[in-house]
Amino acid sequence: MKPAPFKYHDPRSVKDLVGLLASLENAKLLAGGQSLGPMLNFRYLMPDHLIDLNRIAELAYIRPGADTLEIGAMTRQRTLEHSQEVQRTCPVLVEALHSVGHIATRNRGTIGGSLSHLDPAAELPGVCALHDAMLTVAGPNGTRSIAMAEWGVSFMTPNLEPNEVLTGVTLKAWREPHGYAFVELARRQGDFAMAGVGCLVALDGNSKVRRIALSLIGVTTTPVRLSAAEKLLTGSDLAGEAIKAAAAEIGALEALDDAHATGTYRKRLAGVMLGRAIGRAAERARMQGSRQ
Amino acid sequence: MSDRRTIEVTVNGVRHTREVETRLTLGDFLRHELGLTGTHIGCEHGVCGACTIHLDGAAARSCILFAVQAHGCEITTVEGLAKSDGTLHAVQQAFRDHHGLQCGFCTPGMQMTITAFLAENSSPSEKEVREAISGNLCRCTGYQGIVAAALDAAQKLRGA
Amino acid sequence: MGARNVGAVVKRVEDPRFVTGHGRYTDDIVLPGMLEMAFVRSSEAHAVVKSLDTSAARAVPGVVAVWTIADLGAIAQKPMVQSYPSPAIKQNFTQHPLAKDEVCYVGEAIAVVIAQNRYIAEDAAHLVTVDYESLPHAIDVREAARADAIPAHRGAQSNIAATVAWKFGDAAGAIARAPHVIRETYRQHRGAPHSIEGRGVIAQHEPAADQLTLWSSTQSPFLVRRYLAQYLEREEAGIRVIAPDVGGGFGPKAGHYPEELVAALVAMKLGRPVKWIEDRREHFLTTTQQRDQWWDVEVACEPNGKVLALRAKCIHDNGAYLPYGLLLCMTSIVPFPGPYAIPAVEVTLDCVFTNAVPTSPIRGAGRPCAAFIMERTMDSVARTLGLDRADVRRANFVRRDQFPYETGGRLPTGVTIQYDSGDYAACLDMVMKSSAYTAFEAKRAQAAKSGRWIGMGIASYNEDTGLPPYEGATVKVLPSGRISVELGSCSQGQGLETIVAQIAADQFDVDPEKVIVKTGDTAISAIALSTVGSRVAATAGPSVHLAATQVRDKALRLAALQLEAAEQDLEITRGAVHIKGVAERKVTLGELAKRLVSNVNVPLPNGFTPGLEATAYHTPERPVYANGSNVAQAEVDIETGAVTLLDYRVAHDCGTLINPMLVEGQIVGGVVHGIGNALYEHMKYDPDSGQPVTTNFGDYLLPIATEIPPIRLEHMESPSPLNPLGVKGAGEGGTIPGIACIVSAVEDALKPLGVKLNEYPLSPERLLELIDEKRSAK
Repeated sequence: MKPAPFKYHDPRSVKDLVGLLASLENAKLLAGGQSLGPMLNFRYLMPDHLIDLNRIAELAYIRPGADTLEIGAMTRQRTLEHSQEVQRTCPVLVEALHSVGHIATRNRGTIGGSLSHLDPAAELPGVCALHDAMLTVAGPNGTRSIAMAEWGVSFMTPNLEPNEVLTGVTLKAWREPHGYAFVELARRQGDFAMAGVGCLVALDGNSKVRRIALSLIGVTTTPVRLSAAEKLLTGSDLAGEAIKAAAAEIGALEALDDAHATGTYRKRLAGVMLGRAIGRAAERARMQGSRQ
Repeated sequence: MSDRRTIEVTVNGVRHTREVETRLTLGDFLRHELGLTGTHIGCEHGVCGACTIHLDGAAARSCILFAVQAHGCEITTVEGLAKSDGTLHAVQQAFRDHHGLQCGFCTPGMQMTITAFLAENSSPSEKEVREAISGNLCRCTGYQGIVAAALDAAQKLRGA
Repeated sequence: MGARNVGAVVKRVEDPRFVTGHGRYTDDIVLPGMLEMAFVRSSEAHAVVKSLDTSAARAVPGVVAVWTIADLGAIAQKPMVQSYPSPAIKQNFTQHPLAKDEVCYVGEAIAVVIAQNRYIAEDAAHLVTVDYESLPHAIDVREAARADAIPAHRGAQSNIAATVAWKFGDAAGAIARAPHVIRETYRQHRGAPHSIEGRGVIAQHEPAADQLTLWSSTQSPFLVRRYLAQYLEREEAGIRVIAPDVGGGFGPKAGHYPEELVAALVAMKLGRPVKWIEDRREHFLTTTQQRDQWWDVEVACEPNGKVLALRAKCIHDNGAYLPYGLLLCMTSIVPFPGPYAIPAVEVTLDCVFTNAVPTSPIRGAGRPCAAFIMERTMDSVARTLGLDRADVRRANFVRRDQFPYETGGRLPTGVTIQYDSGDYAACLDMVMKSSAYTAFEAKRAQAAKSGRWIGMGIASYNEDTGLPPYEGATVKVLPSGRISVELGSCSQGQGLETIVAQIAADQFDVDPEKVIVKTGDTAISAIALSTVGSRVAATAGPSVHLAATQVRDKALRLAALQLEAAEQDLEITRGAVHIKGVAERKVTLGELAKRLVSNVNVPLPNGFTPGLEATAYHTPERPVYANGSNVAQAEVDIETGAVTLLDYRVAHDCGTLINPMLVEGQIVGGVVHGIGNALYEHMKYDPDSGQPVTTNFGDYLLPIATEIPPIRLEHMESPSPLNPLGVKGAGEGGTIPGIACIVSAVEDALKPLGVKLNEYPLSPERLLELIDEKRSAK
């Protein structure tokens, strides 16, 4: 299981990187390498060129703004996990990271790599969906912004041209007090989820939902926001019936079937995860409310 | 023609300069170029953890890193854990004391994972230890001795 | 004399090299001028190889040769040696070192590339194009067992390799007459082995001496040598096989493989050493796996749960070839009826070829399968008759006063099955106490109040360990005074070096760490067989004891001469013989050893043979039986089907403990192997293409630390009367009951729903499906 030969490039700036991307045929970008490395060793991929992003210092950053959290594509998952800013502005990201692989893989794995690889069961794209992220992409014609909702084109395929690269992502933080949760079921700790749900919820003084965001991973080809469920739940008291109705919206999705789980099971699981995520998030929201 | 680069790495405190093929994995570099065969290759797809080393202090899988990526970096392997006088690292000693190994093949990766983890978390719970080694496969021990070793080493290191 | 080492927790003598990264595994060995091999492997489950184009591969710089079977010479045109021939084998398909023209599973080797290094070898292997003519394949063993099945081998009459039976008493009569007859169908699954070190081999040939040397990551250097010699038509004396440090075995490394033959043939043909290191993909595709089995079982019993007879039929998925003969099949049926006194047993098994990876014993061989059937049967009897599961077991156990107990079964060699010692009921009591078995219903009720579904599982077993014939040992006192033990057997992590050092050290009152132990090399004179079937502690162990005792006696005899004292007045303390109570009147073992080495013109003392050393063989006639009972607690998430294991308790009895710490390590490791089988490990094949689909560690799930409950162990010691140490084996004692115990716990958690679990692995999805069936029926 040795990788096929390639020509290795390690640009030091986004400018150089974009230049390389424009000039090379059959090139792959190497971020944390925790998914690409195995694919190269298995020779599932045999690129002519490997462009290593790890020496582009300008791609690794965490910048909290007023209502945003900007993260550079080459920011390591482990760095995010330990970041006070992330914990303060987007704690659900930290909770989700707990289920991403293992310490050694998070030490190398990056948010940009995860978003670009776009495994349907990956947690970080689910969190980005939850936080209405905007993605910044650099290419020969400069940079462009893409909403997370437009990012996933199809199974493991992001909205990215071969000569483009994801450079950063901006999460929209919630200003109002809110609860959060990321709940998933994987076969073992750190495995890809068979279904996972992220939830942010803000409650009003009467414990009714003022605002809610729900995202789903592991079920559809790309992570999705459960907009219909969100609509149903807004203004509700999150009672069992309301959640049941929201979960029923999952039934309409087209689900993945693979060696780990059938689509039918994944959808059923998604409904359960939805209830649990909402439950945990609402509890946190109420605790927040009671503290204030 | 194969694509080659000259790299400079510091492994267990010793600086090495070598010309390598760019596709050479770090694990193979350590084993076959430097003769540090304590780093074991178990799956070559980044799951079993047998090849875990420290790259600039952080645990990483050397089978899915390229040697060329380690240029300019500090690497520690299992051979670098014991003191130069042969005194075992607390984690190594605890592995022996608690029967944390049988065939010894996953052991270097386990030890590298645990030493890095204990540097971050000096008084972990059993649950935290189990999570910390959840990316390392052992087929012999059932993990129990390894967990006991990690907890004991943590205590010894705190006392030291 | 100081404290005895046998029975004590002695830290392992092999650990210092392993914890510091200084173990020496096959891939760590580098020989001058060595080349590396990679294989071109079948991408088809069943096909004819019409042609191969190796021209592009041969043109890759650094490639030395690309060979097919035709290039390996006349000697390699025959199929490999059957390791365990038996008249019961009706169709004896063994593999060729490289495929001749037909390939029968995905991964079967077709060609070999020899190159400067593995990277280049793989580059070239990728450039070999193979033109296949696809043949229909047989993957589902139930389909394959039918008379009109698609043959897994072209031209075969059927897929039945053999039909074997295990029978004593009158099962048919008992079933016809019994007040209760319970019928169940069970499915057991083929898991994959996965020692963390894969297989690997280095072959070197020295033409001047015509000496072939293999370093192989094997459990059986002596068997590898035997089969190499047979296949290559050479004398065993011209072949040396060395097992260096081996990174886990578990059974699949006990056989011989095509790659070992190819390495030997290539090394001889090229005149250069070659290495092949199995990668994980190859391990998934080619290293022998466990077995799919479908069982139909009938059990006759009395209203009190006493089982009168068991009759069963099994369809056994053997995979594509029969490398280990019927070993796995026989170990699936011969263990019946386990720890129970059941007067009639009739089990028949069809061994069926499929186009899947060949199978072999893996940690327990067929015993976990037999234990699964026996233990699920006990649970089923309890469920059907409304009895307690422990009571049913107790009602059927062989009683303490019945040992030695003959089951009524007889091996083909004529040897009767005889359980040597134990107290099965006491062992069960022990684990029931430690697991608070009787308090569980209250605990369940409490959990149910908060919507939790918890259950307790139980499983008992016994195991034939320490199988004949022998593992030889040589013990020497070296002129330095150090003790050396040489064994042909080898360790794959069990701690063999430590236990034999303990055993030898006790005879000379020395520190086990100071004993020099050499293992796993056919150049060692003592003959060995294989480290399999929990047998080495109970075969090599007593051999070491016998040899050490002989050396000790010889030392005392010689010292008596030198000290002018009577033997019975002497004792050995810290490596020196002295007169009892008079420490200064002594002679060291080293001095005695020097007296027996060859010294010019100094005759040996009268009546002495050369060397202060002895080679001995403990040669048992039959196995010794370990036993135990396990109790597990599990929780099922009723909404998702996910299982969490809460607790696992073991009480077991492997006779005299040589080193309790090592025994615990063996049992706990085995239990976790069982947990893997019960809950996680699923080797899936696509029925349409015959392709294995779970061929990486992301898809094939091994148990990891977070999923394992605390496992607590209690030892019971019923020494075996059949060897001088009283020891029995422990290497598989965790795995054998493990699967049944976990499945029992999960079933018990779902007891309020009446879900019956007659299969494994239990994925959450499958469990939810079974839960749904019961719920919709209600």
